[in-house]
Amino acid sequence: MIEKSLPKPFVREVARTTWYLTRRRDRMHMAQELSSIFIGGYALLLLWGVKALAAGPEAYQAFLTSLGSPLSLGLHWLVLAVTLFHTVSWFGVTPKAMPVQIGEAFLPGGIIVGGHYVVWIALSLFILFVAGVFNGG
Amino acid sequence: MSYKTIELAILRYRPETDQAPWFQDYRIPCEEDWVVLDAINYVKDHLDSTLSYRWSCHMAVCGSCGMMIDGEPRLSCKTFLRDLPEGKIRIEPLANFPIERDLVVILDDFMEKLQRVKPYIIRKEERALDQGEHLQTPAQLARFMQYTHCINCCCCYSACPQYALIPEFLGPAALALAHRYNLDSRDQGREEREEVVASNIGIWDCAFADACSLVCPKHVDPAGAIQQMKIGSTIAWYLDHLGLGRKKT
Repeated sequence: MIEKSLPKPFVREVARTTWYLTRRRDRMHMAQELSSIFIGGYALLLLWGVKALAAGPEAYQAFLTSLGSPLSLGLHWLVLAVTLFHTVSWFGVTPKAMPVQIGEAFLPGGIIVGGHYVVWIALSLFILFVAGVFNGG
Repeated sequence: MSYKTIELAILRYRPETDQAPWFQDYRIPCEEDWVVLDAINYVKDHLDSTLSYRWSCHMAVCGSCGMMIDGEPRLSCKTFLRDLPEGKIRIEPLANFPIERDLVVILDDFMEKLQRVKPYIIRKEERALDQGEHLQTPAQLARFMQYTHCINCCCCYSACPQYALIPEFLGPAALALAHRYNLDSRDQGREEREEVVASNIGIWDCAFADACSLVCPKHVDPAGAIQQMKIGSTIAWYLDHLGLGRKKT
């Protein structure tokens, strides 16, 4: 007589806090997710600046002075580096999210990525222009 | 004459006797043009007939021989031994699925999810036979063609970190197939699928790790499909809430 065995599937547990440490692509993914925190944090800093501006010239001047501290400068370099990583890695995958079909073919991904860089540089130059950087002050 | 001798470490699990899976080592002679599946077939035919695994076509069409090869989800019929690094080759069942026996996993979860996205053409009004076939231009076909290459091998589910952490997530292949039908000019079922696709276990559970697309043996891009659906769903939501009606895609 053949004994019928009960199904006993084995479930492999996922290490919920360390799963991303094994593969490089998972580490890069988590680094990209983590970079959002820095960008969100910097957005809060800018809002703090707007609040200081609304509070009057003295408060705004104090805000600007605090930005010049060595700690602040160090953080700015860190946030700049993280933001560049965040931007470059996201721009790299934009052709997947927004493919452009022309007839039967798709626009090469490089053109879509390149377009993002062009807009990024143009907007940055515009903001620097509005900020008066090109007028010597 | 064999090309060289290789070592395999295959994860074994026999539910009648084993409490947990364990690795069994095999040394086999192999030919230069062998894929991993040939090596496993050699084990089955000459060394150990108790080994269980799935395969059928040996040509990357049936989608049944997906397994973890040196930690990556791959089709064993498409992975050449000569392309793998030197040393023992580690072979395990597809990650993120329960193991039924040895290299055989239980795919019921995927099958159930696939049904939920209604991966077939939905018509609001059926076309009468005498009206003829649904015509489609090459450009309309090109819009969704790549997603039709999916063979349901589930390598993408094994690579997906979100599916590993959130088992309810509909996952890459099911969502890519939903997108495939949404993009089809003959289909009218986008809104019907949207209820599942844009739910809290659908597209918004995807963190765009892109692992699914990187491992897909058929070069389908499920990650891209999901991001495109996120954009489409967001636009539709705003149009709805601005009273402009749902944008047809």
